[in-house]
Amino acid sequence: MTSEDWQLIRFTVWAALVSVAIILPPGLALAWLLARRSWPGKSVVETLVTLPLVVPPVATGLVLLNLFGRRGPLGKLLQGMGIDVVFTWRAVVIALSVMSLPLLVRSARAAFEGVNERYEAIARTLGRGPFHVFFTVSLPLAYRGILAGIILSFARALGEFGATIMVAGNIPGKTSTIALEIFHSVQLGNDWHAWRLLVVSACIAFAAVWASELLLRKKTR
Amino acid sequence: MIRLQNIVLPLANFELSISIELAHRVTAITGPSGAGKTSLLDLIAGLRQPKSALIEVDGVVLTDTMRGIRLAPERRAIGYVPQDLALFPHLCVKRNIFYGGHGGADIGADRVLETLEIESLLDRRVTEISGGEQQRVALARALLSAPRLLLLDEPLGSLDPALKAKVLPYLRRVRDEFKIPMLYVTHDSAEAAEIAEETVRVENGRISRQNAR
Repeated sequence: MTSEDWQLIRFTVWAALVSVAIILPPGLALAWLLARRSWPGKSVVETLVTLPLVVPPVATGLVLLNLFGRRGPLGKLLQGMGIDVVFTWRAVVIALSVMSLPLLVRSARAAFEGVNERYEAIARTLGRGPFHVFFTVSLPLAYRGILAGIILSFARALGEFGATIMVAGNIPGKTSTIALEIFHSVQLGNDWHAWRLLVVSACIAFAAVWASELLLRKKTR
Repeated sequence: MIRLQNIVLPLANFELSISIELAHRVTAITGPSGAGKTSLLDLIAGLRQPKSALIEVDGVVLTDTMRGIRLAPERRAIGYVPQDLALFPHLCVKRNIFYGGHGGADIGADRVLETLEIESLLDRRVTEISGGEQQRVALARALLSAPRLLLLDEPLGSLDPALKAKVLPYLRRVRDEFKIPMLYVTHDSAEAAEIAEETVRVENGRISRQNAR
């Protein structure tokens, strides 16, 4: 493994972790709202959140490129604040976040739906407000499904390719991730390098899933 | 005094429609399964939104749809022991009973623990204690939330006769010791007579009988 490879691995893991950290608070809030409340436009939001799972990732990347490009509505706004997005590490994090959000929301939503609503209701009658109840009753009782969602979305972010290459390109040392570099290596005929990165990627995903299993077992005891 | 006026709540097969004033401290609400008894308790606790209602406990208005008043459940000071108890399975007995955060300042936590004989259970998990003990823990939790009214939904419903006989004295003790107004739902008229000063019978969402002892 070269120092460039290690830098690539560090960047990919860092970007995946940051994207999961970014989507976690809004993802959990959205999952709870979808599980527990009825509101106008709920089905539209539900569909929009699931869309990145069913639309080709490059299409999602194209949408992001148009949103965050220099002429895009969000791109223009951020440009005015001196922030470049497209073809930077920020674009990588945004692509990973958008692509992994559906997995987190779907798992967390199912987990919240699995919590008996009566617990939350009775907690309210004991004098606790909705936020306190969320953090002390809903979240701890749904933690298994939420943890599964976090691991799934992290693993999805690790392997993201289509949306990332559209909005961030594959710039070595800047936006290149393990998935992009595997593709690049195969294109150049450097299969051995691609296989090495594949093994590293599989090991990281394995470690994440294994760690979550251990954590769950410890909590159950 | 509990005032339940113009209560209208559509349910699956009928409409809960009740107007009643309860002057006694302990009232039993009896009636067959599915008559609307639990829905009535849910309404009082603020867990369901009625089509119309005026709910007043000792002069405090909890719900008045005419004036747009709907106090949130956490602001009602209603201690609710539901039929399934809803003890938080991830918390130990101690954290369950002190969940409300009031610490029993008004009625004394020690007094509650002593009356219900649960001091020795504090560090146990709620899933590891017996049905009768769970019942007492749920009662303690409701009492320590400093309620102005206690709602008990079939507190002995899920217990076998032997366990019922063990738990009933604790309910009487709570009634006599803490003097908190109580609405006690049961389908057992003997149990109602044992605990309450007044009995209200609900059938198909309507009051079919009200008699004081």
